Amino acid sequence: MAQHEIRVKVNGTEHKAQVESRLLLVHLLRETLGMTGTHIGCDTTHCGACTVLLDGVPVKSCTVLAVQADGRAVSTVEGLEQDGKLHAIQEGFWQEHGLQCGFCTPGMMLTSAALLAHNPDPSDGEIRQAISGNLCRCTGYVNIIKSVQYAAAKLRPAAESAAE
Amino acid sequence: MIPAPFDYHSPRTLEDALALLQSHRDEAKVLSGGQSLLPLLKLRLGAAGHLVDIGRIPGLEYIEEEDGVLKIGGRTRESALEHSELIQSRYPLLAETAAVIADPLVRNLATVGGNLAHGDPANDHPATMLALRAEVVATGPNGARTIPIDRFFLGLFTTALEPDEILTEIRIPAPPARSGGSYVKLERKVGDFATAASAVQLTLGAGGEVASAGIGLTNAGPTPLRASDAEQYLIGKQPGADVIAEAARLASTIAMPSADRRGAIEYKRQMARVLTARALQRAIQWAREH
Repeated sequence: MAQHEIRVKVNGTEHKAQVESRLLLVHLLRETLGMTGTHIGCDTTHCGACTVLLDGVPVKSCTVLAVQADGRAVSTVEGLEQDGKLHAIQEGFWQEHGLQCGFCTPGMMLTSAALLAHNPDPSDGEIRQAISGNLCRCTGYVNIIKSVQYAAAKLRPAAESAAE
Repeated sequence: MIPAPFDYHSPRTLEDALALLQSHRDEAKVLSGGQSLLPLLKLRLGAAGHLVDIGRIPGLEYIEEEDGVLKIGGRTRESALEHSELIQSRYPLLAETAAVIADPLVRNLATVGGNLAHGDPANDHPATMLALRAEVVATGPNGARTIPIDRFFLGLFTTALEPDEILTEIRIPAPPARSGGSYVKLERKVGDFATAASAVQLTLGAGGEVASAGIGLTNAGPTPLRASDAEQYLIGKQPGADVIAEAARLASTIAMPSADRRGAIEYKRQMARVLTARALQRAIQWAREH
């Protein structure tokens, strides 16, 4: 079956890979590139544990072919931390106890980071709406909402000064 | 889960995509957003020898009103429809439908054309397009043809599209003044298919009577269903509570749902009635305010 030579920029680093047509993006990340922060939960497009950003947009990587990401940029949980410093959304999940088992957390954080990138001051309702495709079976979501609000508050001064 | 092997093609022009479909015919499937097709291939409910990805063909994503017609490019993402100011201000039925399709992450990839071309009566746009009296533009090797929505859904997962055609545009008549619409869906959780759902689009006359009505039902049979008797019944009537209740009852009589974990047949038929009544109320409210 057909093989494709693809180039995908993951967290800013370009990777070349030879992939079968049917290889899923989540398997490219986890198995070919060895980045296991992106989780496989339901594998049926429901749970959002496999959420990554494709050109900045959150998508479920179990329902995207690796070859569809050719020439595009993928962001995963491994790229959130910069220079040994946690991203505000990671700090929020830590400070507000936004995780218990942690399985949904990478997807939750990427969806939330994408939300905050275009809505720096979301209401609780807007956060709930944004993460409605990410399932958490531990927290009841309450602390996740608090975590995202923590990150929003932390990022806002930065966003405001950048806009000035 | 991994799909059975297939070849993947990524044409850069519509012509190249059509040529690929022509050479592979029944072996080929069009890959648009992939949010129905890839799960189906992964679960091995279906197989395709060739996937023709239209994702890199320019000019297939747009939402524009022109000469009294709303034109939606076939590959327009559900998220684009959901957030479009034009759709939110003039097409509440479309806005409400887009907002309850699957979940926000799926809607970032899922496309309006794919939602129709998949031919699944459990999808949400088929019923809304019935209510809106849309037309579908199918582009094939000999050019484009227009298919009225009432002749588009032939059976479960079967549409009027030929194997070498691509759904390139959806056309919807722009609503006149005093028009409104609503989509009301009952789902067990975000991302589930509808237990029942009803799409309503209507226009009121100068005296407040119903001048035209479109009603479509989701997941109530092997195809999306048009509630013709209910539509006819409404014409010329003042839409008070009794009229809405009777129209909703008429609509529910055509529902032929199947029993599954979402409920029994009689429950789903009752839900079709209740949701149609709610959608009518919301559509009338919108029409009176706009």
